[in-house]
Amino acid sequence: MGARRLTLLVVLALLVIAAPFVLSSYWVGLLTEVAILAILAMSLDVLLGYTGLPSLGHASLFGVAAYAVALLSTRYGMNFWTCVFAGLVVGTLASAVIGLIVSHVRDVYFLMITLAIGMVLWGLSYRWIPVTGGDNGLSGIPSLEVHAGLPFAGPTAFYYVTLVVFALSAGAMVLLVRSPFGLTLRGIRENEGRMKSLGFNTWLHCYLSFIVSGFFASVAGVMWAYYNGFVSPTYLDLTASSELFLMVTLGGPATLVGPVLGAGMIVLLKNVMSAYTARWLLILGTVYIVAILTAPKGVWNLGSRRSA
Amino acid sequence: MTASSTAALKLEQVSRHFGGLKAVDGVSLTVQPGERHALIGPNGAGKTTLFNLISGEFPPTSGRVELFGADVTKVPAYKRAALGIARTFQITKLFPALTVRENVLVACTALDRRRLAMHRTVASCTDLRDAADRLLESFGLLPHAAETAKNLSYGDQRKLEVALSMAGRPRLLLLDEPMAGLSAGESRSMHELIDRLDRSIAVLLIEHDMDVAFAFANRVTVLHHGRVLTEGSCDEVSANRSVQQIYLGDAADH
Repeated sequence: MGARRLTLLVVLALLVIAAPFVLSSYWVGLLTEVAILAILAMSLDVLLGYTGLPSLGHASLFGVAAYAVALLSTRYGMNFWTCVFAGLVVGTLASAVIGLIVSHVRDVYFLMITLAIGMVLWGLSYRWIPVTGGDNGLSGIPSLEVHAGLPFAGPTAFYYVTLVVFALSAGAMVLLVRSPFGLTLRGIRENEGRMKSLGFNTWLHCYLSFIVSGFFASVAGVMWAYYNGFVSPTYLDLTASSELFLMVTLGGPATLVGPVLGAGMIVLLKNVMSAYTARWLLILGTVYIVAILTAPKGVWNLGSRRSA
Repeated sequence: MTASSTAALKLEQVSRHFGGLKAVDGVSLTVQPGERHALIGPNGAGKTTLFNLISGEFPPTSGRVELFGADVTKVPAYKRAALGIARTFQITKLFPALTVRENVLVACTALDRRRLAMHRTVASCTDLRDAADRLLESFGLLPHAAETAKNLSYGDQRKLEVALSMAGRPRLLLLDEPMAGLSAGESRSMHELIDRLDRSIAVLLIEHDMDVAFAFANRVTVLHHGRVLTEGSCDEVSANRSVQQIYLGDAADH
């Protein structure tokens, strides 16, 4: 990463920290949304950008964690840390089980099977009414500040909590992709056959990548449940998964920064545009086509010849 | 020591059929530790298929493969690598979007217990980086370390191909036409490179050019239509009538 990009990142970080002092609570809420979805998009980037496994069901892992938090906090009145821990464990376990099924296939087959499993989980949330509340979802999740017993409350407080979670997750994922394990993931993306003949059990690496990615998706899911105060099947439907896919490809896969930008662009576009027109999907589609034509490797890779 | 008495590689009646095609048909072959063995034969003789059976890309239809005394007939490729076997590919198989250094680094990680480490950066593993740079140095690739592999010249890509296979310090190295497609000059420097390889490593080399094969090897096996036509020292093989016929016929095609 060049000095210019580093400066850009530092300036962005300072702006993000200072934002609540100048923006209304509506905008702070939007930025919170961006930060949570950015964690989710980065987690998909580990899988899609670095390992080369295109998942179209990634939002379902996020949704499973969110539902776990919602169920435990509303129905069983569990305390904050139990809910957070359970959300992470359930989400990660779900990815460990799903990973066993999907980690044997690649490319378009991976896309199809993750799509199918995502649809199954969505169907479960939609139809298993006694547990999930069906279409109505589950509401009444306590606010994070109250549930965790923080001395301050409100959108700004939640925003800063989210920023801390974002910084920790982003830091962990940056370390992950620069670790020896992260290098092996890129090796698998580039040439899995060669990796096997070098002595790598590539299945294990793909499987672990799927679980790690599922863990960070769960982090985002837990935050999302607290952010909205309710959960519904829309969290894990195909639209959510494909929007997520767009965030990564639009921003720039295998960069981690790109998906954050992608999440920002899509969330802002969606909210700003939908205030003016119901046809905002048309505009999102146009933006996507323009991006593909002008920046096929994503916005963050614009003007750089080096690919990760 | 038993190490010297155990063959590095032992094939017993190994066959591989693709439908009706007997690509490899009852081949038996032994390579001793430190031996330089050339595998020659016209196009379609089954040389690369035989390599795939040895390295474990796919299992043989029948027969038995032994590496360093262990039966590996049903062992997957990645586990065979841990036993000390490495190979190169006739069609270059690199990690195109990674830098040259990263290519070698990932190869150096293959048999290292840190291959699953997620809690530290590759850059902090200085010994891995040093090992990678030493390897690049010995292949004359150090000046290109920061370049993306796909931007290397073809000759350098072929060198990197061999460098990757040497990262795991193999005891048996399979070289699949390392000189293929190289210019005369590049070919010579590749020849010097493989000549300089540690003499304790057993090398099985596929080569089209008889002069190169005979200059390199102590023993030569000639494969024809999936079968061993003959095996022996360079002199024995070059004096063999049927070998001459195959190669003259082959030469007449060009």
